[in-house]
Amino acid sequence: MNLSKTSKGIGGRGFSFDPLRDRWAAAPGSARWGVYALLIVGAILLPSEAVGSFMAGGGGDWATLLSDQITIYILLGLGLNIVVGMAGLLDLGYVAFYAVGGYTIGIFASKFGWHFWETLILAILFSALAGVLLGAPTLRLRGDYLAIVTLGFGEIVKKTVNNTQYVNGPRGIQGIPHPPTLSEFEILGVQPLKYGLLDSRPYYYLLLLFIIVAIIFTKRMERSRVGRAWASIREDEDAAELMGVPTFKFKLAAFALGAAIGGSGGVVFAAKQTSINPENFTFLVSALILAAVVLGGSGNIPGVILGAFVVAWLPERFRELSDYRMLIFGLALMTMMIFRPEGLWPSRQRKAELAEGTGGMGSMGAEVAGPDTAGPGTAGHTAEVGK
Amino acid sequence: MLDNFVNQFWPSTIDGLSLGAIYALIALGYTMVYGVLRLINFAHAEIFMVGTFASVFTVQALGLSDVGGLGLIGVVVVLALVSGLVSGGSAVLLEAAAYRPLRKRGASRLAALISAIGASIFIQQLFATIVVPLLFDTSKEAGKLPVNEHFVTRSNVIDFGPITISNDRLIVFLGAILMMIALDQFVNRTKLGRGIRSTAQDPETAVLMGVNIDRVVTATFLVGGIMAGVAAALYIVRFEQAWYFSGFLLGIKAFTAAVLGGIGNIRGALVGGFALGLFEAYGASIFGSGWKDVVAFSVLILVLMFRPTGILGESLQQARA
Amino acid sequence: MERLGTLRRNMMRVTGAVAMSAVLALGAGACGGGDDDKSGGDGITIGFMGDLTGENSGLVIPPYQGAQLAVEQYNATNPKTKVTLKKYDSQGKPEQATTLAQGAIKNDKITAMIGPAFSGESQSVAPILEEAKIPSVTPSATNITLAEKGWKFWHRAVADDAVQGNGAGGFIADQIKAKKVFTAHDNQDYGKGLAESIANVVKPKGAQVEADGVDEKATDYSSTVNKIKQFNPEIVYFGGYYSVAGKLFKQLREAGYTGKMMSGDGSLAAGLVESTGQKNAQGALLSCGCVIDAAGKVSPKSKKFADEYKAKFGSDVAIYSSEGYDAATALLEAIKAGKTSSGDINDFLKTVSFEGVGKQIKFDDKGELASQDIYVYEVKDNTIPLLGKSNEAKPTS
Repeated sequence: MNLSKTSKGIGGRGFSFDPLRDRWAAAPGSARWGVYALLIVGAILLPSEAVGSFMAGGGGDWATLLSDQITIYILLGLGLNIVVGMAGLLDLGYVAFYAVGGYTIGIFASKFGWHFWETLILAILFSALAGVLLGAPTLRLRGDYLAIVTLGFGEIVKKTVNNTQYVNGPRGIQGIPHPPTLSEFEILGVQPLKYGLLDSRPYYYLLLLFIIVAIIFTKRMERSRVGRAWASIREDEDAAELMGVPTFKFKLAAFALGAAIGGSGGVVFAAKQTSINPENFTFLVSALILAAVVLGGSGNIPGVILGAFVVAWLPERFRELSDYRMLIFGLALMTMMIFRPEGLWPSRQRKAELAEGTGGMGSMGAEVAGPDTAGPGTAGHTAEVGK
Repeated sequence: MLDNFVNQFWPSTIDGLSLGAIYALIALGYTMVYGVLRLINFAHAEIFMVGTFASVFTVQALGLSDVGGLGLIGVVVVLALVSGLVSGGSAVLLEAAAYRPLRKRGASRLAALISAIGASIFIQQLFATIVVPLLFDTSKEAGKLPVNEHFVTRSNVIDFGPITISNDRLIVFLGAILMMIALDQFVNRTKLGRGIRSTAQDPETAVLMGVNIDRVVTATFLVGGIMAGVAAALYIVRFEQAWYFSGFLLGIKAFTAAVLGGIGNIRGALVGGFALGLFEAYGASIFGSGWKDVVAFSVLILVLMFRPTGILGESLQQARA
Repeated sequence: MERLGTLRRNMMRVTGAVAMSAVLALGAGACGGGDDDKSGGDGITIGFMGDLTGENSGLVIPPYQGAQLAVEQYNATNPKTKVTLKKYDSQGKPEQATTLAQGAIKNDKITAMIGPAFSGESQSVAPILEEAKIPSVTPSATNITLAEKGWKFWHRAVADDAVQGNGAGGFIADQIKAKKVFTAHDNQDYGKGLAESIANVVKPKGAQVEADGVDEKATDYSSTVNKIKQFNPEIVYFGGYYSVAGKLFKQLREAGYTGKMMSGDGSLAAGLVESTGQKNAQGALLSCGCVIDAAGKVSPKSKKFADEYKAKFGSDVAIYSSEGYDAATALLEAIKAGKTSSGDINDFLKTVSFEGVGKQIKFDDKGELASQDIYVYEVKDNTIPLLGKSNEAKPTS
């Protein structure tokens, strides 16, 4: 964020958030808190009808779209961002942790009558544990090997659940209780703490709370020793190892933390839907969340939120296009990557990393400075290829 | 459990090898692109899918029916030619549209991966909503349904005690082997093949030595696409069905096969494809078909734990097919 | 060089922005004309929810057309309260279905709903309708557990999977007299449940049963085929949808299996013959709680319906079209009787009883259809004509 080394090479071209960032960095603390407060107020007012009439398309309910898809994607995007954006580990099976969360509440709430908040804590622990269990044997793998292993893990979780009678196999678990209503108080026609079926707004507020907690948590991490260790791993793992960073430990931590956030998303999803089945947790969800992270600007929290919003909202908004909406969505993903390969709203540090080399995202091979290739973008590939 | 494995050993082996041959052919496309570009070309599965539609369309256009015996070999050659050209062409187009602009801008591999996922969704939906209804003259709704074309007459060509092999399985297996030998000759004997190997090894030096990188990348996609097209033709002979979503699962499996064998390594794709096909077939006979994928992916994770770069290790330039 | 590159990139960015805004404009333009037939006045709106454009839309479009026919015929009588049928395309996905259901309740103020068509989406949508006190009649969701939730506003115009399992299982054990039965399924909720209920019926009747599941997205079912060949059953019953059934049946026949093949309502579509191949599909049996009676074998009413349906849509009655018609009729009967609020319609459904174009329509206190009849169909050439009720039908081959 406050990196002094701004790269003119990439930062200078086209639309950029840099002027905004400079002012932000120079703004006094009170002004920043003012903006935070405004953002939160905006988020609270977001599900109102006035916004919804434009945002929801094709007869869907805006508040439900917000709570069931957009905020869930944002929360999952923030979780995956820790793994992909911060530690630079490519995870294609993130949906597995989302599933672990969902099934934890499914089992403990419907079979043992546990309380929502109890299962939430348990689910966070279980998902983190699943992250460690997957990470411990596989985090020695680099790059794309890790990607396929995580993809495989996602499929293993889904298929195992599908074949297990205890969780009703393909039928899944029904009758998952809503979170208990905390209070009936009403404000502006909303009962924000009453969790029923008809009004989705309370779930939206619950998820909003989760998102705020996740953001604060991630920000604190990013600025701590852990965040710096992740940055060093993502930029050059070998160098980090040589400098004495216990890379394995920090990679495992990234996996566990990302998984925990994914698991908490699964809990709310299950409690909102009241039923889950293995089909909720397909590979496409992993792919879309990864797309959200990269599209928004891997490693940058506002970017990830924007990316998740776009990925969850676009196909729903344009329901009227029915069959063609996924066609256009695919095309939009391609186009956006071509015109903003660093993401819609990348962090300045990542841009600088990208300008210097791989930016932790790995560079393509066969990418040699040609007449129209950006000079600095090519320096980092030899190490990759030579492996 | 185990008695099933013993009793079904031979049929499982033969089915595993014939499916593994198709995995291996598709895996070649993943592995070659990875070797040169370090990119998981997720849309490669759709290149295969495009090929299956090309084959089914050809069968319909030629009005083929009840093809058996030696005639089947001729039909396979025709289908492989058509699908190979269509898939190869689509792969080149894909590279030009989805990857080349990113490459020119020095984008990260992750950005290219998302572009690949976008391209994959796009091609699938393009076929489901526009191409299939147009090509097969069906209603818009039917674009998402599989297109069936029954034209193969099956017979057992090898009948040796417990081992019986049908004509289509044998053709799939032999066709795949033949293509791999051809690919090996291409990569190792031709000038362009040498260019591919050198680029995989060290692109900067390759450029200094006068290799035209863009040509090499195009050639890599073309060859990978042709392999997928041939795989598609063999698949159609074996299963007689094209579907806009058929690439998805096969693509994931083929990519797994490529990694299992050692990605970037042509011989690895072959080993990985057959190994995965066999593991799945045996796993299904022991644990039931529902556990097939769990077995396949568990084997992958186990192999990678002990051999972190796959069975044969990576790199296109070292191990030769 | 560097400068030229920058310039070019800026150009590209501009074109990109244009391309993106074109995409957005396209979407915004399209949403103007997106609404379905909406009519004003004091009429009431009934929703129809199901997979109208997705993979299994072949199973949902016929009941939608059946319901459409019923509503049109009703409106043509110039009644006091006009009815609008509004469709909600859930693509069979529960998460889309819940968003749509809440929109239907809040924005469109639907009075009643036909659907959701499938069981999975019903699990998610029915609780919402329950809380909103909106009655629903599904033409095709057959999962057993749906009736066990104690929902007061939920009904179905079709027999559930247990009833189908009983009927089809009884047919296998008593009419075919099979001693070795293999039940296969697609590892999905509906298919696996149906296959298991068949197994539960034929086992006590002395049949030996083995089972296996296939992956619906895969193509190669040889491991299941190998299992079946080794077990060598007299009949294979597949629980699942027709595209998967077709692949399995085809590979079974090609592998030299000569016994009988049977499947359930999800496979009762022309697509089954197409994907199995006409030659291989001959004699394949299908069980269904639905009545598809183009020839008018069951009753004069079903004959009349089949003719009207064909006249309107240009195609023969298909799966669940009569159930869609009957589900709509049940709601329309209530409206005819002057019940126009959701609560009144629901109360009326408790007592409704009439002869539908398929079966007698009468709901028990759980919302289940009282009629327990299961019908068996048999593939002949490229059609799937009705053979008869499951306790009477005899396979022709």
